[in-house]
Amino acid sequence: MTKADTPLLEIENLTVEFDTASGNLKAVDGVSLSVHEREVLAIVGESGSGKSVSMLAVMGLLPWTARVTADALRFQGRDISNLTSSERRKLVGKDVAMIFQEPIASLNPCFTVGFQIDETLREHTKLNKRERRDRTIELFEAVGLPNPEDRLSAYPHQMSGGQCQRVMIAMAIACDPKLLIADEPTTALDVTIQKQILDLLVDLQAEKNMGMIMITHDMGVVAETADRVIVKYKGRKMEEADVLSLFENPQNSYTKALLSALPENATGDRLPTVTDLTFEQQANPEASA
Amino acid sequence: MSEIVLETRNVTRDYSIGGGLFSKQKTVHALKGIDLKLEKGKTLAVVGESGCGKSTLARIITMIDAPTSGEVLIDGQPVDITAGPLSSEMRRKVQIVFQNPYGSLNPRQKIGDVLMEPLNIDGSVPVSERRERAMGMLEKIGLLPEHFNRYPHMFSGGQRQRIAIARALMLNPQLLVLDEPVSALDLSVQAQVLNLLADLQDEFSLTYVFISHDLSVVRYIADEVMVMYFGEAVEYGTRDEVFSNPQHNYTKTLFAATPRADVESIKKRLAAKVA
Repeated sequence: MTKADTPLLEIENLTVEFDTASGNLKAVDGVSLSVHEREVLAIVGESGSGKSVSMLAVMGLLPWTARVTADALRFQGRDISNLTSSERRKLVGKDVAMIFQEPIASLNPCFTVGFQIDETLREHTKLNKRERRDRTIELFEAVGLPNPEDRLSAYPHQMSGGQCQRVMIAMAIACDPKLLIADEPTTALDVTIQKQILDLLVDLQAEKNMGMIMITHDMGVVAETADRVIVKYKGRKMEEADVLSLFENPQNSYTKALLSALPENATGDRLPTVTDLTFEQQANPEASA
Repeated sequence: MSEIVLETRNVTRDYSIGGGLFSKQKTVHALKGIDLKLEKGKTLAVVGESGCGKSTLARIITMIDAPTSGEVLIDGQPVDITAGPLSSEMRRKVQIVFQNPYGSLNPRQKIGDVLMEPLNIDGSVPVSERRERAMGMLEKIGLLPEHFNRYPHMFSGGQRQRIAIARALMLNPQLLVLDEPVSALDLSVQAQVLNLLADLQDEFSLTYVFISHDLSVVRYIADEVMVMYFGEAVEYGTRDEVFSNPQHNYTKTLFAATPRADVESIKKRLAAKVA
């Protein structure tokens, strides 16, 4: 793997806090990470571990109630922590694109999918109407949608979940982003469709030399796509390793517990469990690490 | 053990859709002749993609929906819900747990009331004992007596799913239909719920119909596996038969599509990537 000297995205000591009725909540607690060109970084963790929030913070998509602090937030060496909203709009959607978990919910039901992709192209490129249409068809072909020309005038509800996710991917790669953030791209989909979407993402990533961040809770998805893995728990980074050493020789006790809870690794007739970590038993992950 | 708890004979279910002013009525064949037999204390896993009829089958087995044709036998007795109301004894035998524990619990109902409601409806347990029964069940699923008066929002997803399982068990059913009970849960919590299900099965010799799309879970929990594809059972056999020697193309596709998380396949993938 070739690694450019400056990482595509560099985050140092990112913290995201929310004020809640029951006090201050640190959703992300001092997380550092970096992604290089042509690299797939997987962030894995259970719900509430802050994996999505950290990426939304990078994209500037968090509500104003969130307090985001970071020592550094750099994209291709450029500081992006204090961008004005118009500067951010130029970056997000063009150089950094994101795919969300619920494909059907993240498309606008009132507009055709052709129009919604056209919107992205209109914002970020200088193509004229004709060229944008051709580009959209080209994108639909790239993501493997059948009859791309007919699809232009289809509404999200007329398509299946897998097809909607393909539209989302087409929209995300419309402007050839340098970094693609995929937030649980296959969680809502069937396994056979999941396989197709993951293959598609990995192929596109290799073809276009993109950096990719894959956010997931599924160890299987990690094993099938990632180069490097970050395991998160309760807003903190538990472990960072390349994918092979993580599965072969996990260092952190939480990672070990997580891997042994995979049903396919079951040896006896009961699964080993990660200790029940509920709101009542505030376990301290470091104590067991 | 050879007591057959559940049997279906050539069960079909058609749904007609459309048929409004401007569209012609269409018939969807959701189930196209399902035959199955399930012994007491065993787990049958039903696998398939969304829209293949898994949940329709679950609704028919749970006696929520009537089959269009075919017969359902529960505990050896034929069931026909179109003929009139079923006896509460019959209703008691089969219970269901739904996929999403956030949607299947009433947010305004305390956990104690959630657990006592089946008893209130059934009416066979005296009022004085109902509270005690609910407390006992709470303990069995690993919750504490003080949880009795709490609301669902105060619990995590895994705890809620355990509460939903407890509710289903309040009337001592023989057959539990589990419609994707762990697919909304995190990996670490999933293991706990699966263990709980295994414990309960041992204790009450329960029979499970376990609907899932996750093959690694199915492989772990099932005795028998049925693979469904567009309303048909394309593969039906013991777990080892199905997993070691899948016959139908769809089953093979399904196996090939399941992500593998073992070191060997990661090595293979990375090697392929470098090349």
